[in-house]
Amino acid sequence: MFQDAVGLKSEKIKNTVERGAVKKFAESIGDVHPLYVDESYGKDSRFGKNIAPPTFPRTFDYGTIKDLHLPNVGLIHGEQRYHYKRPLLVGEDVYCYAEVKSYAEKDGKSGNMGFLTLANNGVDENGEIVFESTSTVIISETVRRKLNV
Amino acid sequence: MTDVKTIKAGESLESITLPPVSRIDLIKYAGASGDFNPIHTIDEEATAAGLPGIIAHGMWTMGNLTKLFTPYLEDGLVTDYQIRFRGMVFLDDVVTLHATVKDRDEKTVTFEIGASKQNGDTALKGEAVYELHGA
Repeated sequence: MFQDAVGLKSEKIKNTVERGAVKKFAESIGDVHPLYVDESYGKDSRFGKNIAPPTFPRTFDYGTIKDLHLPNVGLIHGEQRYHYKRPLLVGEDVYCYAEVKSYAEKDGKSGNMGFLTLANNGVDENGEIVFESTSTVIISETVRRKLNV
Repeated sequence: MTDVKTIKAGESLESITLPPVSRIDLIKYAGASGDFNPIHTIDEEATAAGLPGIIAHGMWTMGNLTKLFTPYLEDGLVTDYQIRFRGMVFLDDVVTLHATVKDRDEKTVTFEIGASKQNGDTALKGEAVYELHGA
C-alpha cells in the first residue's frame, strides 16, 4: 500500500550544477538567457555567478526510496510545484533527496484514483534548503490492481 | 516593455507563442532532462500506451512556461511555481504561454500562469509568486 510509504525518504545524493548541463537544458526549453549560459555576464550579475533555470532540478538524482515501488508505465503527472529560497548557482553542489509526502484515494469519473505526492528537495553545502519541489502522480485503480497494491 | 516593478492586477506579461512542437524538441528535452520515457519520442510506444501519438513531456511545457519570467531574473525571484497538468500536448500543437497578475503589493506579485493550445484547450494552469529584490 502506498499509504504505508508516507514518510519514507531516500539518502541524500550529491549533485553538481554543471555548466554544460545547464546550457543544454536551457537550450532544450529555448531559454538561453546570458545569466544562464554566459560566464562573464554571470560574474557581473547580482548573483556573481550563472544560475540555472527554475525547472533544472528535474535533472538531479534524488536517490532511491527503499520499499517504494512505482510502476514506470501508467502514471499520470498531475501537479508540480517548486519553492525556491534562492536560485541554483552554476558550479555549486546540492544534496538532493526524495520523500513520500502523502497518499490519498478519491473516486472520480474514471474510477478510484490514487494521488501520490513526492517531495524532491535540494540542500546546499551549508545545510540550507535551496529548493523544495513536489510532484503529484495519479495512479489509476487498474494500474494499482496490476501492482497488487 | 512590461515592467514587473509597476505591473498592476489584471495586466499581463508579454505572452510567448512557441513554434509548432516537433519531435526534435522532445528528443532534445529527453536528453537534457534525462526523462527517456518513450511515450515522448517513439510513436509505437505512445500508441502501445493507448495514446493517439507521442506527447510532450509535461515538464517541457512547464520549463517553457518559466521563460515568461526570464526578462525579470535580476529584479527578483520567482519563489513559487505551482502547475496542474490539464491537457496533453501533441506534435505540431502550437502552445501559447501567458501570465496575468492576480494580485500584488509592493514586494510580492502573484501571477496566474498557463499554457494553452491553438484549439483553445488548456495544457497547464497554475500560479507563480514573484518577490521583488530590495523592496
